[in-house]
Amino acid sequence: MNTSPLSHPGLNLGSVDEYSHEEAEPVIFGFWIFLMADLVLFALLFATYATMSVQGQADGPSPADIFDLSSAFIGTMLLLASSITFGMASLALKYRADGPHLVLWLVLTFILGAGFIGMELRDFMTMIAQGAVPQLSGFLSSFYLLVATHGIHVTAGLIWMIVLLIQLRVMGRTTTVKLRIMRLALFWHMLDIVWVCIFSFVYLYGVTL
Amino acid sequence: MNGEPTTGGAVETYEKDFRSYCIGGALALVLTAIAFALVAFEILPVFERLVAIALLAVVQIVVHFRYFLHISWHSHRDDLQLVLFTSLILFLMVGGTIWILFNLHSRMM
Repeated sequence: MNTSPLSHPGLNLGSVDEYSHEEAEPVIFGFWIFLMADLVLFALLFATYATMSVQGQADGPSPADIFDLSSAFIGTMLLLASSITFGMASLALKYRADGPHLVLWLVLTFILGAGFIGMELRDFMTMIAQGAVPQLSGFLSSFYLLVATHGIHVTAGLIWMIVLLIQLRVMGRTTTVKLRIMRLALFWHMLDIVWVCIFSFVYLYGVTL
Repeated sequence: MNGEPTTGGAVETYEKDFRSYCIGGALALVLTAIAFALVAFEILPVFERLVAIALLAVVQIVVHFRYFLHISWHSHRDDLQLVLFTSLILFLMVGGTIWILFNLHSRMM
């Protein structure tokens, strides 16, 4: 059983819940295709940003003038921690048929994700207070567009998480709810991958160049 | 059921899955810390630093795919092929855009 092939991305329910495991394959494959398409959106925003951040500064500030590395680091750690706690929630979904673990890990993930969004909004406010508003230059327009698109995705993930916590309470751990949590897990881990690109190629490159 | 891992056969896979998230989390933390440290303490000359950050990002992305999204060669559908094909498309789009626009920019100077 342990060597059976994985039938879809993310944690497979496998032998623990055979029925849900069989139901999972097509819906999660479909969601995986959506995620790949979503990556295309982010890639084009990255391409725009890469050009604009160098060639589109106009008379505005350069990335190194306005980026705050320590707050980017805190945000990165919050999002990474939330990815790990969601992993623990997935484990609880698979291996603990009842008990509070799943809900507690999801709530912890929510708090970390909300903390990340809080840091990001605080950063935006600080930048705007310094006069680095989106309409000042092509660099700033594409910066806010890219980073806020990621932020809106994370916010959508947080809303999704609240909805699933309510569904867990109302509907219990049915196959439907399990599969929804598994898709949210993929969404959440994928957003962390996009953030790896943002902190590397936006923040770290911006401060170094 | 009292919240303990369920069936007997699942215990070893629980260990395996738990270890996977722990390894992934630890690697991701270390790679992130190295990338930020390179910039914060200005280790390496600028060009080498940029290359190192890019490499660390690629390694971290692979770690996330492997340990958090559980994509592997053993996937039964075309999950991995889909990721690789998407990566190829993204590389062409992003690489092509940057190449062309920076080329244009240098001609305009």
